[in-house]
Amino acid sequence: MTVAQAATASAEHGEIDEHHWTSTGLDTRKLAIWGFIGSECLFFASLIATYLVYRGQSLVGPLPHTESQCMLDGKMQACEGIFEIPLVTFGTAVLLFSSLFVVLALYGAQKGDRKMLITWLSATVICGLFFIGMQVYEFYHFYHKGLGYSTNLFSSTFYTLTGFHGSHVTLGVIWLSTMLVLALRGKLPPEKALNLELAALYWHFVDVVWIVIFPVVYLMR
Amino acid sequence: MATSVLERRAPAVPHTHAKTGLWSWITTVDHKRIGILYGATSFLFFLLGGLEALVIRLQLTGPNGKLVDPDTYNALFTMHGTTMIFLGVMPLSAMFFNYFIPLQIGARDVAFPRLNAFSYWVFLLGGIFINTSFLVGAPPDGGWFGYANLTSSRIIPATAAAPSPGLNIDFWVIGLQILGIASIAAALNFFVTIVNLRAPGMKMLRMPMFVWMSFVVQVLLLLAFPVITVALIYLMMDRNFGTSFFMPDGGGDPIMWQHLFWFFGHPEVYILILPAFGITSEILPVFSRKPLFGYTAMVFSGIFIGFVGFGVWSHHMFATGMGPFADTFFSLATMVIALPTGVKIFNWIGTIWGGSLRYTTAMMMAIAMVALFIIGGLSGVMHSAAPADLQQTDTYFIVAHFHYVLFGGAIFGLTAGAYYWWPKMFGRLLDETLGKIHFWLMFIGMNATFFPMHILGLNGMPRRVYSYPEGLNFEFWNLIETVGAFVLASGFLVFLVNIIKTWMGPKNAPADPWHGATLEWAIPSPPQEFNFPKLPQVGSSVPQWDARRAAGGHLPEPALVSGEGIHMPNPSFWPLMAAIGVNLTLGSLLFIRQLPYWYGLTLFGAAWLFVSVYKWAFEPAH
Amino acid sequence: MSAHATHGHDDDHGHSHPTPRTYLGVGVILFALTALEVLAYEVGHRPTWPLHALVEPMVVPILLILSAFKFVLVAGFYMHLKQDSKIFTNLFVWPIVLAVALALALVILFNYWVKETF
Repeated sequence: MTVAQAATASAEHGEIDEHHWTSTGLDTRKLAIWGFIGSECLFFASLIATYLVYRGQSLVGPLPHTESQCMLDGKMQACEGIFEIPLVTFGTAVLLFSSLFVVLALYGAQKGDRKMLITWLSATVICGLFFIGMQVYEFYHFYHKGLGYSTNLFSSTFYTLTGFHGSHVTLGVIWLSTMLVLALRGKLPPEKALNLELAALYWHFVDVVWIVIFPVVYLMR
Repeated sequence: MATSVLERRAPAVPHTHAKTGLWSWITTVDHKRIGILYGATSFLFFLLGGLEALVIRLQLTGPNGKLVDPDTYNALFTMHGTTMIFLGVMPLSAMFFNYFIPLQIGARDVAFPRLNAFSYWVFLLGGIFINTSFLVGAPPDGGWFGYANLTSSRIIPATAAAPSPGLNIDFWVIGLQILGIASIAAALNFFVTIVNLRAPGMKMLRMPMFVWMSFVVQVLLLLAFPVITVALIYLMMDRNFGTSFFMPDGGGDPIMWQHLFWFFGHPEVYILILPAFGITSEILPVFSRKPLFGYTAMVFSGIFIGFVGFGVWSHHMFATGMGPFADTFFSLATMVIALPTGVKIFNWIGTIWGGSLRYTTAMMMAIAMVALFIIGGLSGVMHSAAPADLQQTDTYFIVAHFHYVLFGGAIFGLTAGAYYWWPKMFGRLLDETLGKIHFWLMFIGMNATFFPMHILGLNGMPRRVYSYPEGLNFEFWNLIETVGAFVLASGFLVFLVNIIKTWMGPKNAPADPWHGATLEWAIPSPPQEFNFPKLPQVGSSVPQWDARRAAGGHLPEPALVSGEGIHMPNPSFWPLMAAIGVNLTLGSLLFIRQLPYWYGLTLFGAAWLFVSVYKWAFEPAH
Repeated sequence: MSAHATHGHDDDHGHSHPTPRTYLGVGVILFALTALEVLAYEVGHRPTWPLHALVEPMVVPILLILSAFKFVLVAGFYMHLKQDSKIFTNLFVWPIVLAVALALALVILFNYWVKETF
């Protein structure tokens, strides 16, 4: 039972812990992070919707899946579909596993199992870094195959969508790393596990966004 | 309530901090002080937007106006719209959210006091940022909706020129991004406050109507602002990095901008009007001495307006040729919105029907709000029909419509709120005689200014054109409008005089000057820092009337108490620092097209923001 | 389907917190569903592969359904919506409904209604 729930429960018996009172019995910060996640849904929906509307509207290549004419090394030439599905599948799996790891770390934090907390939180951070690395490599690779940011509509919508997802991953890694430092210093005891839970919720959200992006952007031809 | 990401134990010795002086205002996290800051700032911006409107009216007084050139005129109507919406009406509503949501729900502060301060500082700096454009001679000039391709910095082959090569639109894009951050942060804060910090016994269906409408507004803000954020990002990329999101030469579609903009823009008009609806629903029962008629219907019609408000955005775009299916769908959805709005209007009339009315200034403003909003609402239903709208689009008929709902509706509602709540905020009652003069000048001026626009619009006078030739029969009504605008402005001068007179006068307001129904009237005027010495127990939607009835009709003045043992949040200056970081980071993007090395400032701003956020997170909140 | 079969026993425990075993099981399912997604993609565009003719017209629905399953699993188990307050679920589900409506509306407005009529 959280402090807020305890305060609410005691209110039913006529006495109120005024400093911990909440009307729903839920933690205020947790409500806020969920509200923020709800708001972010519309942010990513706009990005994904634009990608879908502009699918197939590019005037030049490279294109995601199919062969096209594109400008490379100063002349127009035929070039292949640009996506590297195996690489992205690998990145997707890594991000999925990081979600598993952070939920294990949270379990450890709530049970006061410091070793479990630190092990799985480190694993989460490493997975996050790995995903960012995958994306940096992918962008670099695409750029050298002639896909600049303003090359065509596909590239602009793709880079903006995945770029903003990547920046969310980066923020998540910074947040989780902060939690890791706190955990290492022993400042994440069970009664403060909520601090990690907030970061974990954000991290899962970033993961579910990728769960949508991966099939919609990469696998639908 | 711990508000930091990483809370710490409160120090054993309570903090003693200064209660007066500049520093106490810079570091304040008190929702009442932040509310006053919001009010003062947005009233100044409101007067600035009003001055812009007066220049527009002077230019259009007679045919072939010579006061300003076309470019200045474009900047004037763009900044008039942008200022009134984002720096006037929205933050004026935010003033009431800040001051009265916690008081009406019986809370000691908002859920996240420092985030609240952050919202204010970001809003202030963003407002200054967007207006700095006048000083450097590059004010935004693409209309408040910034339609593509008017906002493009790219050379269009047909004209061999770029529509907007300067910094004008960059100021607008970045300014709106900054203001959007303030809005989202504030909306999240009020949303959580209303959900979680209601006093014991205050169920959702016992909340005052102002809190209910504010709640719907926060939801709309949270869901609509991310969409405009994305649209502005695209526009920024189009202008600075050669992408083609809205550029036909690269395969993009200018209509995409309109869809994204109006998906935000239509909920935005409900964001502007619903707080005024809420204020009106507070004032009418109090001065009719009757409970609000149809409370539950009022709640659900408000929710319904917010919900359907997301499904009507394309009625702003009938002229783009979306095809009969889309036109029909959005026409019908728009007509459906008239139903819950009509429910509200009939309930307001039902509230004052048979009541013993007291015609205070607040009451008169609120009644005028209902009447004027009906006129604006009716013309709104007129252009929900796509064929009629095609005749009205881009004429003064549209200008008349939205000024009746936004001035007649929102501004009258907010002014009513100012007269109603002034004694609670400052402990002084505004002068009623001056208030009546203010009301009549505003009411007559408003109708003289905006009613003729209906006629001019139907006669074909286009909006956003800097002049008109003689001989089109536009002269007479334009002259009337300009005179009306100055009558309107003189009303606000009287308001200013009233404010100054009241300021110099004695503290004459009792705790409950109007015999109000809601919790804010149960505590002294102005409230003490902690609002409620003990959290109130609420048994109905009119707790103060319950208390008055239980006390036999007369309530004693609430005593000032020491407040010992009540922990209030510590003041903090990191919200201001973080707001400066936001402004440095985003503001530096102004120059990326001309001066790429300004990236340095962006990185510096990001680092500043990063440090501020960490300082904020690890600072003890209590 | 398989997700429900494997984790049906959680429903019996009502509000009890899931164990690391549950989390691990969900992780395995997520991984398997991802593999199925990629498999559908590969089969769908390689004419020489078995079942190609059957899968090709269904790739998009298959991907959407699998992705929705993964979404629900992460939200329900990892984000604890299954045992947490319904308020949180509402804070997530309604914005998603609006988000999907926005995306669908834009796709329809740009791709179908206009083309049919002009």
